[in-house]
Amino acid sequence: MKYDIILAGVGGQGILSIAFVIDNAALEENLFFKQAEVHGMSQRGGAVQSHLRLADTIIYSDLIPLGEADMILSVEPLETLRYFEYLKPRGAVVSSSTPYINIPDYPDLEGIFKEIRKAPVQVLVDSEKLAREAGSVRAQNMVMLGAASVFLPLKEESLKKYIQVLFERRGTQVIQTNLKAFELGRQNALSGR
Amino acid sequence: MEKVVLLGDEAVALAAIQAGLTAAYSYPGTPASEIMEYLIRNSDNGRKYLAKWCVNEKVACEEALGVSFAGKRAMVSFKHVGLNVAADPFINSAITGANGGLVVVVADDPGMHSSQDEQDSRYYADFARILCLEPANHQEAYDMTREAFDLSERFGIPVMIRLVTRLAHSRSSVQPREPRGQNQGWKYGSWQDWTLLPSNARRRFKILLDKQKDLREYSENCPYNQLHLNQSGSRLGVVVSGIGYNYFREVSDLLPYPTSYLKVSVYPFPENKMRQLIDRVDEILVIEEGYPFIEKFMRGVVGLPGKIIRGKMDGSLPPTGELTPDLVAKALGLTGKTGLKVGDFKLAGRPPQLCAGCPHADTFKALNEALIDFPAANVFSDIGCYTLGALPPYNAVKTCVCMGASVSMAKGGAEAGIYPSVAVIGDSTFAHSGITPLLDAVFSDTDMTVIILDNGTVAMTGAQPSFGTGEPLDRLIVGLGVDQNHFKVIVPLPKNHKDNVKIIREELAHHGLSVIIARRECIQIVGEKKRS
Repeated sequence: MKYDIILAGVGGQGILSIAFVIDNAALEENLFFKQAEVHGMSQRGGAVQSHLRLADTIIYSDLIPLGEADMILSVEPLETLRYFEYLKPRGAVVSSSTPYINIPDYPDLEGIFKEIRKAPVQVLVDSEKLAREAGSVRAQNMVMLGAASVFLPLKEESLKKYIQVLFERRGTQVIQTNLKAFELGRQNALSGR
Repeated sequence: MEKVVLLGDEAVALAAIQAGLTAAYSYPGTPASEIMEYLIRNSDNGRKYLAKWCVNEKVACEEALGVSFAGKRAMVSFKHVGLNVAADPFINSAITGANGGLVVVVADDPGMHSSQDEQDSRYYADFARILCLEPANHQEAYDMTREAFDLSERFGIPVMIRLVTRLAHSRSSVQPREPRGQNQGWKYGSWQDWTLLPSNARRRFKILLDKQKDLREYSENCPYNQLHLNQSGSRLGVVVSGIGYNYFREVSDLLPYPTSYLKVSVYPFPENKMRQLIDRVDEILVIEEGYPFIEKFMRGVVGLPGKIIRGKMDGSLPPTGELTPDLVAKALGLTGKTGLKVGDFKLAGRPPQLCAGCPHADTFKALNEALIDFPAANVFSDIGCYTLGALPPYNAVKTCVCMGASVSMAKGGAEAGIYPSVAVIGDSTFAHSGITPLLDAVFSDTDMTVIILDNGTVAMTGAQPSFGTGEPLDRLIVGLGVDQNHFKVIVPLPKNHKDNVKIIREELAHHGLSVIIARRECIQIVGEKKRS
């Protein structure tokens, strides 16, 4: 088994938090994993991505070769498109439909959706709406993780366990909000399949 | 012991702790910052071992050297260009030698994700004539760092660990080993070894040269340098190092024939193993991240008669930027896969930018307005978030070279006739390397204006503490001898815009040295405080 994921978003949207949960769930389930991430200047409101690889045998490259990703998991629709060339022909796109507009030339949103819909398997999630419903607009990353969980080769309970670990220090309220965000994202993807 | 999830940087840090570290020093810089972050987080407030951010890399390196002198184990870590700053103590520490284990961790940034160049630190290790270990993965980063402390004490030299961004900032699991305690009861270094008067230095340098034979022998027999010879007919041999090994192994199973290869992890590299590989094949491909270091040695001046050497110097692999599994596959003659195409859709770029509400933005707006009256002005700048002021919508600064260069270049520029000559530098960068050039400018009362952006933190690398901020910074400026009539503090906020423009304009007009501090806390820190 091998499962390669491109995580995408804008600096500050919390894609490294998604990675934390998947990494630790993978370790819990005795899988090998490698996850290359971006730090430093690129985090200042710029495009960020992370290559996350899961497998039941040793993984060599920290980077995913082009055309080999099983999934693009993105917290922002324009960022989803940026990494299309990494996706396998039958790979899944799990993307937020909520734009993060911090550039003057942000393209037409409908045009972006039209491109995303060209992928053979895609789930577009209104992450902002679901995160608000869960209790915090900041929980969009966990909404997207929930939506992706439908495809991931990881148990739902392993993921939830590490969402709790991730937000442990921020108190019960924050943990509950993020678990709910995960659940809403998951239900959204399940109902859309 | 249980496996742990760690960044490559953190694997190095954990290994140092478990190798009996007494003290570690660093200055923030991507991609090395997370080494010290991890050390500080796990130090139990310094009760287990000491872990300190320092004012700059030179100071960090010298402090580590002091620990080694005292017979304890020390580590110093920084990004590749940080080693330029620390080059003086680094090179000479090979001459004094190490007493307690001294490990120098350098994180290179091929592809310049967050850097001004992509220099390859293996050249520095070679230059200093010390051992360099280059891990390919997280477990090796852990194991090699543990070993580096032992090697440093065994050979009496500092040992370099070379990381690159893709390992430093990649996460995976690591199997730790039983920790070792700190050195106890070691003697200090002897004065004859550590006082580099010419008579001592000559003797010590000869000792260092004599050690080279032992280092090569270690490298030759070290299990990290692995030679895999295949008996079958392939006439291609591959030399891989560091992260290049990962990309090779990612695709090597797709090759139609088994390929002989040498994995280099320890420098000086194993010459005999390399000869064995060369004897077996007609063609060699060198896959290494960074400069063509091994490749250049292999080619020498006359090359290898009858053999073809491929790598970065003949264009088989790009001479700049990072390697990828796709580039390596292509160099091996494999055709990579291609993914989905985004038709004619134009993907707008999303470069990094100053945060909404950033104090630097207000300073740049005020500075730009004040400069309208001075079309011949030039603004020299420095390393930090504020370098983004070079981009639209600000287009406010014209240079960024190295830490502290804004102040020295503004002085040189002023002396070449630029008026007004302006330096824009952050508070931590000023503490790092801006104080000495400002002292120079005070001495000459140079006609220039220095603007220190004091946001109270090292913002770009993740909000580490700054050494030159707040009221102590004011006293430092005055203490350096800056004329108090031309030392101003402003608060960069939209509501103060008019006043700030006026103050900046007055100081630009002043023919002599002016210093303006633009002081407001980093908006990220303000946000963090609100959340916690």
